[in-house]
Amino acid sequence: MAIFTIARLELLIARRNMWVAISVILMGLFTIVLTLAGGSPTGTLGVDPLTVAITSITTLSVYLIPLIGLLLSFDAIVGESERGTLALNLTYPMSRGEILMGKFLAHLSVLAIAIAVGLGLTAILTIWQYGMADLSFLPLLKLFVTSLALGAAFLGIGYLVSTLVRQTGAASGIVIIIWLVCVVLYDLALLGALVADNGGTFTKNVFPWLLVANPADAFRLINTPGVSVAELSYGISAANAASGFASQIISLLLWPILALFFAWMAFRRVEP
Amino acid sequence: MTTLVIENVARKYGKLEVVRGVSMNIEAGERVALLGHNGAGKTTLMRMILGLTPITSGSIKVLGFNPGSRHARASIGFLPESVAFHGALSGREQLHHFARLKSVKTKKADDLLDRVGLSDAADRKIRTYSKGMRQRIGLAQVLLGHPKLALLDEPTSGLDPISRHDFYDIVEELANSGTAVLLSSHALTELETRTDRIAIMSKGRLLANDTLPALRETAGLPIRVNVTTTEADADRIAAELGGTRVNGCMIALTCQQNGKIAMLGQIAALGAAIKDVDVTPANLEELYRFYSVSTEGA
Repeated sequence: MAIFTIARLELLIARRNMWVAISVILMGLFTIVLTLAGGSPTGTLGVDPLTVAITSITTLSVYLIPLIGLLLSFDAIVGESERGTLALNLTYPMSRGEILMGKFLAHLSVLAIAIAVGLGLTAILTIWQYGMADLSFLPLLKLFVTSLALGAAFLGIGYLVSTLVRQTGAASGIVIIIWLVCVVLYDLALLGALVADNGGTFTKNVFPWLLVANPADAFRLINTPGVSVAELSYGISAANAASGFASQIISLLLWPILALFFAWMAFRRVEP
Repeated sequence: MTTLVIENVARKYGKLEVVRGVSMNIEAGERVALLGHNGAGKTTLMRMILGLTPITSGSIKVLGFNPGSRHARASIGFLPESVAFHGALSGREQLHHFARLKSVKTKKADDLLDRVGLSDAADRKIRTYSKGMRQRIGLAQVLLGHPKLALLDEPTSGLDPISRHDFYDIVEELANSGTAVLLSSHALTELETRTDRIAIMSKGRLLANDTLPALRETAGLPIRVNVTTTEADADRIAAELGGTRVNGCMIALTCQQNGKIAMLGQIAALGAAIKDVDVTPANLEELYRFYSVSTEGA
């Protein structure tokens, strides 16, 4: 199978380029810090310590996972084209869809390893500090799966950018802008609109859907446990109620599928 | 079945016609050299055969299949001009990858590394390779899975003279096993003896496509005959044969193909005064110049 052959090579390259190590260390370090630091203020009285850790890690993952996804993928096609390896690869008996899926499989595996290591450390540290009793690991599993979906969405976006530009430098610039918009500016703009609207139609009818349309926000909504919703702004809790779990899941699933589909469409038109 | 059939193929980029009405066939086991200036359309023609560049008009069939189809691609080995690989991989890892894509056993890839003289460097990273070494990896991947058609774009650039010789030996083996070979090169002298047919392109057109002797005959370029004689006889013999004295004892003559035997007879009749005779037909460089210049502006 060409897909697995490509995935195997891409994994080898990701290992050599230290991408596996960098992703794992980033996720590992941050989750350790957040798990340990997150537990200290609640002490023994607070809510389920894992919930506290998951809330912190969710906030971090919204930034970190799209970034890792984009960094893994922006170079995928344009990098090969610049190195001069693309033309030869495209003469081998495999389709462009297979090439793209092979790369996706490899990069998703890198993400999966990094996220699994991070969340695994969280689980171990929490058990070590508080023991097994009263811990619910379902939210942790949910966080893992949705993190992967979030990463997959940004991998797809990265491939799309990689097929549309002609220089690696341009691709890296564009993905950084996309990252900034999706995880920072989009929310700021929505917040601004909320303030200006002051509880009007926009806040009630439009805002929840705009929020859930951004995969990073859909991810945030899914993984924000009900208990801490009260601490968040009125807008977010309203959005959670209005858009509902189903649309959040749909957003997180649709983004990777659509991004990969458009990347594939664009890749088919690339003349190496 | 003819391995490669190209019929009246053209490629336009907007108004610019890079390939115009090219037709040629290559049979199994045939080695064809594709010559032309930079920008003559050689690489575009190869890319069309590979299905990398769409054909504007005309048709190309690789063993009866359309360019770029899975069957066509599975039968082609391609060596791109200035071939490149991911520097983080070793030569062996890269070749094993290509072997898997062509469903060839990795053991076969190891044998090929040996065949192209890279077994010692096979486990080093490609980023440490010289251009010639990368070219060898490129050649090794062409050989994987016995392609029916080998397309080699400037394959000997960056190779030293010994490696070039080895390279043509491998091409010959490939052709002997039934592979049709189309290779482009600027190094004309090495192609003379190592290919079966010469195709010359200029400004997108195919100007000539024949064996070397046939090209010579059509071009009708004079044959150079150099006669070495004794210094004392040089002037007399030069006058007698109608040639020019080049240095102390050398006389330069030219003749057409049909007059060659008569002239050699005339020289032989001079007997002991003649020390040596060299007959040089028009070389590929002259032929190339003839065909590409005579149709310039066409």
